[in-house]
Amino acid sequence: MATARVEVNPSLRTVHRLTGAFIGVALVALAIANVPGILQGYDRAGVDLYPYARPVIQSYYQGLTIHGVMNVLVWTIFFLSGFFLFVTVYALDRPLASTRLGWVAFWIMLAGLILALVAMLTDAASVLYTFYPPLKASPLFYIGLTLIVVGTWFVGANIWMTWRRWRRDHPGQHTPLAVFGTLATFALWTIASVGLAIEMLVLVIPWSLGLTTDIDPLLARTLFWFTGHPIVYFWLLPAYVSWYTMVPRLAGGRLFSEPMARVAFLLFVLYSIPVGLHHQFSDPGLGGGIKLVHTFMTFAVFFPSLLTYFNISASIETGARWRGGTGWISWVRHVPWGNPALTGQIMGMFLFVPGGIGGLTNASYNVNQAVHNTTWVVGHFHLTVGGAVTLTFMATTYWLIPYLTGRALWGRRLAVAQPILFFVGMTIWSETMHRLGLAYMPRRTYITQAPYVPEEWRDPMILLGIGATGMIIGGLLYFFIIIMTLVVSREPAQVEVPLPRPGVESKHEHVPALLDRWRPWLIGSLVLIAIAYGPVFYQLLTHVSTVPGQSGLW
Amino acid sequence: MINRKTLLELGWILPSIAIPVGMLVAVIVSAFGMNIGVPSQAGTIQPAAIDTTPPFDQPGVLRQVGPNQYEVALIGQVWSFNPRELRVPAGAEVHFVATSRDVIHGLHIEGTNVNVMLIPGRITRQRAVFREPGQYRFVCHEYCGIGHHTMYGTVIVEER
Repeated sequence: MATARVEVNPSLRTVHRLTGAFIGVALVALAIANVPGILQGYDRAGVDLYPYARPVIQSYYQGLTIHGVMNVLVWTIFFLSGFFLFVTVYALDRPLASTRLGWVAFWIMLAGLILALVAMLTDAASVLYTFYPPLKASPLFYIGLTLIVVGTWFVGANIWMTWRRWRRDHPGQHTPLAVFGTLATFALWTIASVGLAIEMLVLVIPWSLGLTTDIDPLLARTLFWFTGHPIVYFWLLPAYVSWYTMVPRLAGGRLFSEPMARVAFLLFVLYSIPVGLHHQFSDPGLGGGIKLVHTFMTFAVFFPSLLTYFNISASIETGARWRGGTGWISWVRHVPWGNPALTGQIMGMFLFVPGGIGGLTNASYNVNQAVHNTTWVVGHFHLTVGGAVTLTFMATTYWLIPYLTGRALWGRRLAVAQPILFFVGMTIWSETMHRLGLAYMPRRTYITQAPYVPEEWRDPMILLGIGATGMIIGGLLYFFIIIMTLVVSREPAQVEVPLPRPGVESKHEHVPALLDRWRPWLIGSLVLIAIAYGPVFYQLLTHVSTVPGQSGLW
Repeated sequence: MINRKTLLELGWILPSIAIPVGMLVAVIVSAFGMNIGVPSQAGTIQPAAIDTTPPFDQPGVLRQVGPNQYEVALIGQVWSFNPRELRVPAGAEVHFVATSRDVIHGLHIEGTNVNVMLIPGRITRQRAVFREPGQYRFVCHEYCGIGHHTMYGTVIVEER
């Protein structure tokens, strides 16, 4: 990390502003998202702070809507858009196919964000991030979210065109792994987002505008989850791109197995979409047999994460051994823990282990009934999107923001402590949320005002407060470090992009031809989707049941 | 070809396949061998027709449908269950038939597999056996508006 900032190619600097804009919005969204997060954290601990928030946040459910939408739709998607654009340009060592298209995407997404935010802040869309009809929000909310999705298509198209041009100029070379992972992510997302697009454009937006009066809630819900599960891979795979291509370098080693990494990305293309019904095991109107098919597919999509766990652990160990580590366990001391860009990502990986295992429980067909819509589920996805993904993105900004701004990271030691604090808070909080879920505590509920809270929840709720406090301190510390870096830091940044130098291919390993092709895998994905969703949509479209919309319920 | 690295990879990959396969077998055995199912297709109903359509015209009334088997209708609406309290005999198999009058609600009866969604326009069926007499709380676990957290009820399981 001691090398000076390397200007690879001056024309690449145009992407720096674009990436900076996306990540700037992402960070503002993260900050907005977690103000109500604090209120929710203490509500679950039995402390009602909402009366004090009333001028801004009218209700628990308005806050919860802002928390969900701004975290899982805005923070993640804006960050990954900036990150992937940067990775593509850097790793291919060529400018974006169209810088203008990049900015068009940004402004579309920002406009969408502003529309949705206006709707949420005026309490006109307190329908949570799943916005299940027939709860009916302001059309601004749905149009805004749709624009964000449309923007991601432009980002993906830009990356795809950039890669096509690179390939035309570099016949016979295989795609660098970072770009390969980026393309895999956008491939699965483009297919997956069709569900949400149809839900919005055909069902929800016309209905919210008053052009139609009735809506089929189950059909809307099924289209939502068609996109709603794969969207988690849209957020997770940028973290995997970082783990596969940057973490080995940050750890002082190299990737253990590149073919295995490519297999993992391709398996996500194959299996990440035909799994959405595992969010709907408890729904009426869908067949029991087809739900079991989705259980099977979800177990299949767990496999590439197991591959990742092995491959990344082995890569970090390789790095530590190259740095002088020995023994079965004691090599761990030679991991460069002092580098915040690495430590945060490893903390995220630790959280991902129980996150993934809990996910298997959720996907296990009838076992899901023990946990469905309880706080267990909330505990689960805070480990994944709130833990693995968020800590990896935060750690990424610890090198990326200095690289983009030329200002050295302020408070390096604090930046090592920050993810550890967050990790400890999240561990306590999430474990307790899982446990309370098994004791039937419902999710999405203003618990301080619920009349049915039993005595046995009270003690664990104190732990929730302690865990939430750890997460809040870890979160505030993060923003403090970033603000100080942007405002106070005067030292020039001495960072490199933790990716292989462009043009320097990894020559260690032979990559089989099938692992550098897309068509067979995309066809496989479509076939699996047809198997898993064909009977579902046939059934739904032959048994439509529409009901009137309901507004004014909050 | 089989070097140390390949062996290491295989040593990880094979259990990574075996464990999910084992879990899948366990799920299938419990679902079909032990009859622990999830909700399935059970028909549609218009919310406006709930009050005139059996069994929803008599919510909370236990009807015997077989030896030691009962059926009972339950309606979710903003922001209460109809009925809020229902009585069932201990040890009996109780089939819950439920729907929603307005928006999506949830129904989770503690200590049972009745953890289901109530979707307007659709009928949800799930069965439960309450072995121990006592009070079982049930709550709405899907956001349904500003009063969502006040939506709950009690199953009273009576000794026979």
